[in-house]
Parts: sequence; structure tokens; C-alpha cells
Amino acid sequence: MTQHVWDKSAVTRVIAELQDQPGALLPILHGIQDSLGYIPPDSVPLIASALNLSRAEVHGVITFYHYFRDTPPGKHTLHLCRAESCQSMGSASLEKYVKEKLGVGFHETTADGQFSLEPVYCLGNCACSPALTVDGEIYGRVTPQRFDEILEEARGQA
Amino acid sequence: MSITVYVPIDSSALSLGAEKVAKAIAAEAETRGVAINLVRNGSRGLFWLEPLVEVETSKGRIAYGPVQAKDVPALFDADFLKGGQHALSLGPTEEIPYLKNQERLTNARVGITDPVSLDDYLTHEGYRGLKNALKLAPADIVKQVTDSGLRGRGGAAFPTGIKWNTVLNAPADQKYIVCNADEGDSGTFSDRMIMEGDPFVLIEGMTIAGLAVGATQGYIYLRVEYPHAYKNLNAAIAAAYKAGYLGKSILGSGKAFDLEVRLGAGAYVCGEETALLESLEGKRGLVRFKPPLPAIEGLFGKPTVINNVISLASVPIILDKGGDYYRDFGMGRSRGTLPIQLAGNIKRPGLIEKAFGVTLREILYDYGGGSATGRPIRAVQVGGPLGAFMPESQFDTPLDYEAFAALWAVLGHGGIVVFDDTVDMAHMARYAMEFCAEESCGKCTPCRIGSTRGVEVLDKIIGDEQRVAQLALLRDLSDTMLNGSLCALGGMTPYPVLSALNHFPEDFGAAKTEQAA
Ligand SMILES: Cc1cc2nc3c(=O)[nH]c(=O)nc-3n(C[C@H](O)[C@H](O)[C@H](O)COP(=O)(O)O)c2cc1C
Ligand code: SF4
Ligand code: FES
Repeated sequence: MTQHVWDKSAVTRVIAELQDQPGALLPILHGIQDSLGYIPPDSVPLIASALNLSRAEVHGVITFYHYFRDTPPGKHTLHLCRAESCQSMGSASLEKYVKEKLGVGFHETTADGQFSLEPVYCLGNCACSPALTVDGEIYGRVTPQRFDEILEEARGQA
Repeated sequence: MSITVYVPIDSSALSLGAEKVAKAIAAEAETRGVAINLVRNGSRGLFWLEPLVEVETSKGRIAYGPVQAKDVPALFDADFLKGGQHALSLGPTEEIPYLKNQERLTNARVGITDPVSLDDYLTHEGYRGLKNALKLAPADIVKQVTDSGLRGRGGAAFPTGIKWNTVLNAPADQKYIVCNADEGDSGTFSDRMIMEGDPFVLIEGMTIAGLAVGATQGYIYLRVEYPHAYKNLNAAIAAAYKAGYLGKSILGSGKAFDLEVRLGAGAYVCGEETALLESLEGKRGLVRFKPPLPAIEGLFGKPTVINNVISLASVPIILDKGGDYYRDFGMGRSRGTLPIQLAGNIKRPGLIEKAFGVTLREILYDYGGGSATGRPIRAVQVGGPLGAFMPESQFDTPLDYEAFAALWAVLGHGGIVVFDDTVDMAHMARYAMEFCAEESCGKCTPCRIGSTRGVEVLDKIIGDEQRVAQLALLRDLSDTMLNGSLCALGGMTPYPVLSALNHFPEDFGAAKTEQAA
């Protein structure tokens, strides 16, 4: 596996800030992912020792939750809704289009490092299905054509 | 005086371009040198009309929609700031029948106020419930909630007052109020709309719950998919602290209540209350064995009230107007109102808060206007991914917990997802099993193994392999999951699966099966 260089001080800062809260592990994991984009596997020992947990416990929590990732994401992350309401409005064919357009499947990143594609089960935008998010920005009633525009917009951002 | 213009900041409105509309209106006003006061409200829940722009006029609020940024110059030309006529004119907002014919109790302010303005909340009857509660003994607060007939809106419909009473009577040095804001069910968004559109009503409800049972700390466990709700909740909490509605001594009463938002991380099962508590404690979201009930041993082992967003957000009006007022809405043992979420393949999707008793057909056709594609509606799934699929022959069912249970269906969180006649129900059954396999916490075998087997069996049925034997196996498997699962994820996945099979056998090759038999 490739090792990525990551900012250790960012991790220790997050840990120091949050470790005294009750139930601190999830807030810490969110804090790390917010600042680095993922949770580096090498940061697990730091988290474990700060919270008096075993590495296995911390690892178990990270892998349990779909949202946490242990590899760096692409520059932009797309979450595409696969749940029922979006299915009723054609999300399956949109999914096919998105995968072909990006040339990746779920949990993959495009070769140019621009886009990571993740599945999600409902974004609470079911009244405007099909729905997706790009870096947390939400879009509704997405057609293939609209998707192309959304991609262009994301590419245009610094 | 400047004219007030409202452009929603609700996620669904944003998903259709509301941000660009707001920016275009601000820019155009500036260019034309007119002073406007741009308020970012919640959504009225008329989603086929979003982005819905409103203008405050002498005749009340006038609506325009759906507005795109490119429409803005023409709206100014039509003098929309004074309610002028334009192709997108919808007239007075409150007169739109979809909205006018609702009974909005819990959502009374959503779409009307500035969600993060405490002043706005107060001028729209906010915090009156809390002020009443502060004058009552804890047992009397609980009694109001019991008298209201309120049942949990998160899915299981357990009487809220009874739950609170258990926590009230559990002696402990620390108790907690936990709000279940995981809203994982597809087809649901009413929790989101409250948290984005009127976060104070949830904060007030949780504060009242704290007073009622003697809890001084609250947590809102919010799904990470709702960043706008996170923002508005935190802004409202900060404002409530600043004005003394939260903290060491609520409105100088000497009673404390602290409140914090915690984020989930994309696990559906964490909406199950005990898995949620595990997650809040920083662990994997594994479902706990019951007993003990969370009301006795909940968060960090302490007595805990855990309620859904809508349950808690319905408490302020109950304490303001009385339990009897709320109970007078509804039918049978389903009292009060339900924020119905109409979604999927429907012409007019939206939030419809109605007293229990309205029928599915009224919702689908009078409100929804039929399918979005114009094709016949073939099935609806009510109550999220664990809810049954219902065929047209059941559309006259009133929305009532018991009426649904009698049909082996569930009302759940009040989400309705509509499918037209292109839907393949065998495929939907397969998806239900796949979803269960994907989201299972893994603690019990019927769910963990059964759902994976279920996908395989359905693949064979769809692929026309040993169909008769596989259908029998599917029923066996569903039986095991129904009876042997620890929680409703495994225990209710058979609802969508078997309802699809029973109501739409033709999609499972029924004709061929009969030939073979
Ligand atoms: C798999 C599963 C997922 C659930 N998801 C949610 C949810 O997202 N939101 C919710 O309020 N209740 C959810 N529930 C129901 C909760 O377990 C619990 O009944 C609810 O939080 C109680 O609050 P209430 O009485 O106010 O409804 C879920 C239950 C199960 C079994
Ligand atoms: S039914 Fe499924 S989700 Fe529920 S406890 Fe069992 S394995 Fe976990
Ligand atoms: S089902 Fe896709 S947003 Fe809810």
C-alpha cells in the first residue's frame, strides 16, 4: 500500500482539543477527516493512546462507519444517492452515466485525482430526486445533462 | 422602509438553485438602487415550486416560483417587490391550496421565520411552552405530554409521555435527553426541515424534556449528511445560550440545561436508539440487548430520554396550548398531526402536515397530483426502507398507526415514496435485502447472514433459476428474519420484501410459477 505523508500536528491538535469530551472518539475522527480529508492509518496509535483505547478498537470504529475513509479522497468528493426515492426517479441510469463519465466505480477516485465517487443512502432531498452532493453542496433533479454542468462547475473551482 | 424578500436556505431549495437566486436578487436590487431586506427562511415545503421567493407586501406575503437566477431581472421589471404580476406569480403564499389545507402545528413557523433569529422565534409564539413548563412541577409537564396522546414519530410510535415518566421516576445523579436526528429513512426529510427551518422549536422541546425528567444535558445526534442543519442548529444553540434560554439557569429559574450537537458518520443502523447511544459514546453502532431500556440505563449507563426530532419539536405547542388542544387533532389512537413527506415519482412533492386520518389517496392525488411522469402510480412505499410497499387497492387507507398495522404496513416516520408502473418490484425486494446486508450491524445471524442469502435468492428468482424452490426459500428466510432478529433492521426487512411479493407476484414470475406448479 502506498504511504501518504500527512500532517501530524493537525492530528495532535484535534486530539488535544477534543479528547476530554465524553464520547470523544467520533468527534476526533470527524475533526481529523475534516482537516486532512481522511484518517491516516498511522494516526490510529495516537488516537488510541490519547483515549486509552486499543488500536483495534479505534480501527474497528473507523471501519464500521461508511463516512470515514482511510485513504485520501480526490480533490472533489461526489456522493450519489442510491435510495428508493431517487430510484423512483431514475437514479440507476444516472448512476450508470456518472460511472461511465468519470470512468470509476463507487469508492474509487478518477485517475487525474479530481473526483472520488461514493454511494449514499438518502440525502433528505427525496422531494427533488435524484440527488447528489459535491463536496457537501447538494443538487436535486439531476439529469445527465445537469450532471455535466455540475462537473464543469466543480472543475472550474480552484 | 426596505422591502423584505424571502429566499429559502433549505437544502432542497438550495439543491434547485436558491443560492444563485438569492445572490441575483441582492445584486439586482443593488444595481437598481432599491433597499431590500433579504431573509433566508426555511422552505414552505412546496418543492415543485422551489426556489420559492416571497415578498412582504401590504397584502401579506406574495409568492413567486419556481424562480431561477435568470428570471430575476424580469421579476424586478414586473415590480415583484410590490407584488406585481409575472408569469411566476403564485399569489398570496398562504392561499396556495397545498399549504392552506394543512394543519401545521409542529411546522407552524417553518418557511415563515428566519430560522436563526431568536427575535423572530419569540415574535412567532416561540418559547411560550417553555415559559409554561417553568411554572409546572416535572410530573405535570409529563402529564401534559401524556394527555396530548403524542406517540414517537421516529417509527415505533411509542407513547412519549410514558417514556418520559419512566425517566422521571428513575433516580440518578445524571440523566440525559438525546434527540435522534439520524433521519436515515429514504423518503423522509421532515426532521431536516425542522432543524434547518426552525431549530429553536427543537431546542425548546428538548429543554422542556430536560425540565420534565430532571436531565441537565442534551445531545442532538445528527446525521453527517445534513451540513445545513448542523450550521443552523449550532447558530440557534449559540443564540439560545446568549439569551439565557440554555445554560446554568434557564431564564433565571436556577434549572440547568446544556445542549450539544454530535455528528453521526453514515451508518443507517445508528438511527436505532441503542446503536445511537453506543455511537454517541464513541463506539461502533452495535445494537444493545433490551432490557435494560434506555429510559433506565441509556447514555453512559444513565436514564435517558431518546426521542425523534419531530416528537421533541411537537412538545412546545403542547406545553403552550395544552395537551387537550393537540389531542383534538387526529383519529383513533393516532393523535395530533403528522408531517407527511411526499417524495419520489410525484408531480407535487412536499411536506404536508395533516391531522392523522387523511387517506393515502388524498395525499397522492389531491396534494401530489399523481405521478411526475404522468404514468399510473403502481406502488408506494410508506415508512422508509423497512416499510411495506402498498398497491393501489390500499390507497384508501387513512394515515393512522393502527389502520396501517392491520394491513401489515407501517406509517413509520411518515415518508411516502411513489413509484409509477415502470417499477420492477422484484428488483425493489432485492434492493431491500441488499440495503439490509449493507447496513446490518452484524450482531445477530438472521439479519447479517439472512440478508446476504436473501440477495442471492432474489438474484436466482430474477434470473429464473429454480423459481418455485427459491420463492419458498425466500419466505422461509423472511420468517427467520422476522422472528429471530434483535432489532427492526433485520426484523422488518421482510416488510418490503414480502409486501412486494404478495402484492405484485407478477414481477416475481408468478405466471411461470403457476405453470411449473
Ligand atoms: C434500523 C433502525 C433505524 C432507525 N432510524 C431512526 C431514525 O433515523 N430516526 C429516528 O428518530 N428513529 C429511528 N429509529 C427508531 C428508534 O430506534 C427509536 O424508536 C426512536 O428514536 C424513538 O424516538 P420516538 O419515540 O420519539 O420515535 C430506527 C430504528 C431502527 C430499528
Ligand atoms: S437485526 Fe441486524 S442491525 Fe439489528 S441487531 Fe441484528 S444484526 Fe444488528
Ligand atoms: S432517497 Fe435520494 S435523497 Fe432521499
